[in-house]
Amino acid sequence: MTQLNRRKLFTLAAGAGTLGLAGLVPRAALATPEAAREAIAEFTGGTSPQTGRISLTAPEIAENGNTVPISISVESPMSEDDYVESVTVMAEGNPNPEVATFHFTPMSGKAEATTRIRLAKTQTVVAVAKMSDGATYSDSKEVKVTIGGCGG
Amino acid sequence: MATPKPRVKVPKTAAAGEVITIKTLISHDMESGQRKDKEGNLIPREIINTFTCSFNGTKVFECDLDPAVAANPYFEFSAKVPESGTFTFTWKDDNGATYTDEKTIEVA
Repeated sequence: MTQLNRRKLFTLAAGAGTLGLAGLVPRAALATPEAAREAIAEFTGGTSPQTGRISLTAPEIAENGNTVPISISVESPMSEDDYVESVTVMAEGNPNPEVATFHFTPMSGKAEATTRIRLAKTQTVVAVAKMSDGATYSDSKEVKVTIGGCGG
Repeated sequence: MATPKPRVKVPKTAAAGEVITIKTLISHDMESGQRKDKEGNLIPREIINTFTCSFNGTKVFECDLDPAVAANPYFEFSAKVPESGTFTFTWKDDNGATYTDEKTIEVA
């Protein structure tokens, strides 16, 4: 509950900031890196992720933001007592930062997944892994988008 | 939109304990809820929100999807095959529907 309140408060503060610039900037419809950080903090439970063990593969330049292939892979023995629980992917410049969350089990064999995502504009994509022992790791990639994928 | 059609690729056989790669695709618009129609009204969100893969009843892989997953969601992931059995794939739609597919694999 406290987290939710904090998040709401934050959104209000961000909204107020935008109002200050009214006239210059159209109403911000896109998420901010801060919103993505908040969402990541919610996922990790407050611990700040270390680098290493996880790797995020994404193209440097995506011509079409409607379908951008990404892969994540985490080093882990994937045994009963040491495995990757979940990996979440965030896009800082999308209307909502959340992209997808993968949940693995020891039956997965390898903590690897590939999918295709939408990116609204050039931005940094972040992947965060949560291990069964609670440790978190993250990796990020900047993707240059030629045509945005959230057309309206 | 036509009824979503799942497509899954699983090897027919595997060695015991082998880690195999599974590829899945389902036809779906993944309407993000951000787009507007000609009159300027928002088109309501309708996406696949969860994808699950299990083997003989045990969960292998699951994914929570947000509107930022591209149309016709595609997944490639791994699974360990301890014995012969059946993979079950389930996609849950925002509109309450679920789509399923099954594939059997034999341990040689």
